[in-house]
Amino acid sequence: MQYVDEFRDSRLIKKTIEMIQQLADPTVHYRIMEVCGGHTFSIYRFGLHDLIPSNVELIHGPGCPVCVLPMGRIDEGLRIAEDPKVILTAFGDMMRVPGQTGSPLVLKAKGRDIRMVYSPLDSLKLAKEHPKKEVVFFAIGFETTAPATALTLLKAQEWGIKNFSVFCNHVLILPAIRAILDSPDMRLDGFIGPGHVSTVIGCRPYAFVAQNYKKPIVISGFEPLDILESILRILRQLKEKKSEVENQYGRVVLWEGNRTALKLLERVFELRSYFEWRGLGFIAQSALKIKKEFSYWDAELRFGTQGITLTDPKAAQCGEVLKGVLKPYQCKLFGRSCNPEHPVGALMVSSEGACAAYFHHVYQKTEV
Amino acid sequence: MKKEQCIELAHGAGGKSSRKLIEQVILAECKNPLLEPLADAAIIEWDKTRFALTTDSYVVSPLAFPGGSIGELAVNGTVNDLAVSGAKPLVILSSWILEAGLSMEVFQREVKAMARAAKASSVIIAGGDTKVVEHGKGDGLYITTTGYGLVEPGVNLGPHRVEVGDKILLSGPIGDHGITVLLARGEIELEATLKTDSRPLWPMIEPMIRLEPAAIKWMRDPTRGGLASVLNELAHDIGFGIMIEEELIPIRQEVRGACEILGLDPLHIASEGQFVAVVDQKKAVDFQKLLNDTPGGEEARIIGVISDKPSGKVVALSEYGGSRMVDMLIGDPLPRIC
Repeated sequence: MQYVDEFRDSRLIKKTIEMIQQLADPTVHYRIMEVCGGHTFSIYRFGLHDLIPSNVELIHGPGCPVCVLPMGRIDEGLRIAEDPKVILTAFGDMMRVPGQTGSPLVLKAKGRDIRMVYSPLDSLKLAKEHPKKEVVFFAIGFETTAPATALTLLKAQEWGIKNFSVFCNHVLILPAIRAILDSPDMRLDGFIGPGHVSTVIGCRPYAFVAQNYKKPIVISGFEPLDILESILRILRQLKEKKSEVENQYGRVVLWEGNRTALKLLERVFELRSYFEWRGLGFIAQSALKIKKEFSYWDAELRFGTQGITLTDPKAAQCGEVLKGVLKPYQCKLFGRSCNPEHPVGALMVSSEGACAAYFHHVYQKTEV
Repeated sequence: MKKEQCIELAHGAGGKSSRKLIEQVILAECKNPLLEPLADAAIIEWDKTRFALTTDSYVVSPLAFPGGSIGELAVNGTVNDLAVSGAKPLVILSSWILEAGLSMEVFQREVKAMARAAKASSVIIAGGDTKVVEHGKGDGLYITTTGYGLVEPGVNLGPHRVEVGDKILLSGPIGDHGITVLLARGEIELEATLKTDSRPLWPMIEPMIRLEPAAIKWMRDPTRGGLASVLNELAHDIGFGIMIEEELIPIRQEVRGACEILGLDPLHIASEGQFVAVVDQKKAVDFQKLLNDTPGGEEARIIGVISDKPSGKVVALSEYGGSRMVDMLIGDPLPRIC
């Protein structure tokens, strides 16, 4: 497959690993955070953690949209689905995420009309096909998925579809990175920057990481060679005592981002003053809200959501894992009461969640 | 509030939840030596003859998809459960649950498909049943088939025979059926020329048995839950490890592409026309060559080995030295969003 096989070429991968080994100073312990859950998944899926020197530690960041969604928001969404008139739609990732009394799949099994969609536009089509129902799209994701939600809201307005609304949980990556950099227990040397988000926002907005916090950040693709090359570039910057924004994923990410997508976001959304993140708490201006002009299609207004805040189960240490303070297997619940079949925390749900990626793919350290 | 336990779709997806449901609910109540191996077919010995008995239900949606349909699948699936038990398929019983309002044309089409598949496998439809349920209570039609076959002399299959060093042989590319059905549902607009791989396996398994039945130790067809689930069940049963080499596993470009886009693991995707066998290491190459010379087995490969560790787990090795654990499917495969 073009653009996939080239980046899984074993000869080039071996060569890049050799270069990483040569560049990494054995007396230094490097801590590099991959911000995006897609990177976490790839690192374990391809066993990259096995291949790099042990003093180059990869720390999993907050870039899995399912993982950072607090339980209160999930319960609000599920409460909407309790209405027999409602068809609740969500991406596949969301279907197993646990709320207080069960996941969307559990509620579906009990007879609620909850359906998986591949795009928010499919949800809008569903509303057209079921005019007597209220179709609600449970929107999650970073800047990657938000433009599709924005486009769907514009279409709903244009087509005058009245039985459709969006429960908006879109969050922004930059405030999350800033919160991590400001966290007192955080010691990081560099970042593997999120590839998908950057296709929308570009590379320029990450300048504060390099300039204010003096940390190198390399926007990276998701294939093994992409990630290894990004690690190499970070090590090179560290050796040369530089901190710059670099774009390794140039075949997809433009420095200025996708202007059309950014305009869509600006047209439909505004910033929330605060939004709660699982594990990171409330972060100012870190999420998107549907603008007044589109408020007719805002499920929060239509169904009167209450802003429920729920604390995670006490023993679950999702927050520490999300901030990279703990490795997944160091959480007290990992592999015991929290496993992919019965996830207690969201990090165990999505394949991009650090705990699920660890549980599924790493065999040496999961013997619990 | 306490979470109330109920049956979820995951319990029927062939992965971890299905296995637990069977072990903790069905096996707990109905335990007996025939059921306990949880094999594809029960092997019953009667007057020095061993016969195999199996049953399966088919609830696929849509009813027809590129390369096949439910009627044909119901026969092939059951004759394959017999074949991987080392039994020559002989007789099928078929039970139909029809939804009121189903077009007679569709019913006739599926009966014809079943008859055609039975003829191709040289099995007879010896009996069955039809029931009709109210409109809206059954997805068009469901089929349950029960199969009966005779176990070939010299065949002795089961996890108890598997030893460290044995090789894992796969008959051909995996995932064609699962991805074909996923695309046929029309929920995602991906174009692919893929067809189901539904086909009878006995024509490939019989020559292996003729060559040396004692060297074949275990066989399964990787249907729901895919190759990952059947290998995990084996690892769990034998207590040894299983090492597979990812680049040796044949996967068609279309299947790989769809899995990449949807964030699915091809090892979790169902096949309906492949089998995986554990064979004696000394005979593995002979079996592979034999399959490669048999129509339909051209792409058969030795994909891995039984190892002493990690105990009870399946590990995939990449060609550049990385490794990952391959877990059973949890629930249905759900696509990632980004």
